[in-house]
Amino acid sequence: MDKAANWQDIKIDFSRVVEANKGLATVVKKEVGDHLSGKRFSILALLVFVTCLGALYIAASTIRTSAGQGELDFVFLLLFTTSGASMPFSFLSFISLLGPLIGLTLGFDAINGERDRRTLSRILSQPIYRDALINGKFIAGVIVIAIIIFGLGFLVAGLGLLITGIPPTLDELFRLIAYLTLSVIYISFWLALSILFSILFRQTSTSALAGVALWLFLAVFFTLLAGMVADGIYPVQDTSDADQVLANTRTEQLISRVSPAYLYSEAVSTIMNPEVRAMGPVLLEQAYGTLKGALSFGQSLLLIWPHVIGLIAAMLICFGLAYISFMRQEIRA
Amino acid sequence: MATGSNYLIETVDLCKRYGDRAAVDNLNLQVEHGIVYGLLGPNGAGKTTTILMLLGLTEPTSGKAMVNGYDPSRNPLQVKSMVGYLPDNVGFYDEMTGEENLFYTAALNRIAQDEAQRRIKQALKRVGLPDAGHRKVGEYSRGMRQRLGIADVLVKDPKFIIMDEPTLGIDPEGIQELLALIKDLAKEDGRTILISSHLLHQIQQVCDKVGILVQGKLIASGTIDELEQQLVSQEHLELELKAVPGDEKLGDICAAIDGVSKITWNNDMLLLECSRDIREALVKELIAKGYCPTHLSLRGVSLDSIYLRYFHKEEKYYGQSS
Repeated sequence: MDKAANWQDIKIDFSRVVEANKGLATVVKKEVGDHLSGKRFSILALLVFVTCLGALYIAASTIRTSAGQGELDFVFLLLFTTSGASMPFSFLSFISLLGPLIGLTLGFDAINGERDRRTLSRILSQPIYRDALINGKFIAGVIVIAIIIFGLGFLVAGLGLLITGIPPTLDELFRLIAYLTLSVIYISFWLALSILFSILFRQTSTSALAGVALWLFLAVFFTLLAGMVADGIYPVQDTSDADQVLANTRTEQLISRVSPAYLYSEAVSTIMNPEVRAMGPVLLEQAYGTLKGALSFGQSLLLIWPHVIGLIAAMLICFGLAYISFMRQEIRA
Repeated sequence: MATGSNYLIETVDLCKRYGDRAAVDNLNLQVEHGIVYGLLGPNGAGKTTTILMLLGLTEPTSGKAMVNGYDPSRNPLQVKSMVGYLPDNVGFYDEMTGEENLFYTAALNRIAQDEAQRRIKQALKRVGLPDAGHRKVGEYSRGMRQRLGIADVLVKDPKFIIMDEPTLGIDPEGIQELLALIKDLAKEDGRTILISSHLLHQIQQVCDKVGILVQGKLIASGTIDELEQQLVSQEHLELELKAVPGDEKLGDICAAIDGVSKITWNNDMLLLECSRDIREALVKELIAKGYCPTHLSLRGVSLDSIYLRYFHKEEKYYGQSS
């Protein structure tokens, strides 16, 4: 009873919350405006827009053959996941490839750009707390990412609806929204990372390059590396027994999951494919006797929940590091 | 808010260390309300670091600063809302117009839209950029940016303005206009202004008081007259003397005056080294002996030479040159 009473005593003093975030809304407004009117953003948005429309076109032209073979379930989701023979990329793989680039572009000069333009000390001498600037920049970036991703997702959904003429079920709509939200979180991770680089490196070109290097490493080389390490620990030959093969695969997956890029691609391919029931190796005896069928949205979400938490954690850790290093950094160069 | 303090700025043993190097070393600076204070010092003397500590943008290693009774590291917002800061080589967002940049500042200061509009128009007019407000800052010249920087400060309507090297990189005509504006801001509006500079002769005409900062230490502070007196009383002086007739006996007369330690002829001019100010006694003596002094000047007591001398002394003291 005491606890309940105490709980009621706790009142959030909103005036203090507002006081502590003075200037945040102004910074967010200005940064969103900057992003949306900047040339850099237009180029990037155009690139992503064109590739996604291309992916949609491929999906729409091959969807008849691929959907016709199986049941007509989840045709709407196939718009996002189907890739054609002429272009081996789906909407999903385009976003997972180009998404990080959006995040990097929005954040790589967040702080060192202000330093270069010599606006940092002028802005921070205004009556705002120092963290209002970095919080504002991050929030503005997330808003812009959400605008791009949701805009793009619903655009493709709408066009797909016109092309196929099959309306999405509620389950499919939930999956789409979950997918887009997850994409926003994942790209925000790259945004936080690029803001961190913009604080650690004084040159904008260095921070951009560092971001791109890490992107290439995580997107392309990390899975290769994970395979090599797994082979080193559990070498697999033709004569190896099942335990060895299983250990090898599990190790590879475990190491791969350190990379947010892998985590993201695993999560989105699960949420967008209701037929995926397990991630990682499944033994024949485990699969024996299971009934074929799709998972419900809730079950799919449960399956990727660790991934969602992992991605949110990765984003927050990056932003936390950026926050701390910015608060400790000297204002003058 | 601490009351009873006569000073707008007061620092007590303010220190800032970067590793082993002390950028600001036990600084005790006092600036009264309503004056123009010139903080002078060579590059790297700790001027900007001091300013950043006054604004709460850098934490002091030890000691404390008070601005109008507030501690900038504890109440940064109170301090920042009453202080206008013009950084050295001020920067703006190039892709935005001058007005948009000022609107951003106004918004960060939570000034209402129409009030901001009014202040921005007024400020731009005052700094001499009435028509440039709608142009992008990327097209501005260095001098125009500096003016926009002052307009940016004025939008806040601060009671206290800090300018860091405001005359740097501006042409001589621009400097005169800038100094006139500074004078105007102090006298007409009654604002307190702190100017940091390494160019003494440029700002001495607007400063009521100056402080000389070398190696993080304030080695002299006061009005220009006070600085002269400090120098005169503690240093040996050199007098330049020309008189008619300029014969050999002139030297003997001078040598006989109490306080003169050395006499050298420099063509027709006599250089007297003395331990105190003997000008009065010297002139009386010369006239009594039938000589007429045509030129008598205390060498090395212009502000520039004070400035140079202080720096020189400090360099000798630290055994290094800056």
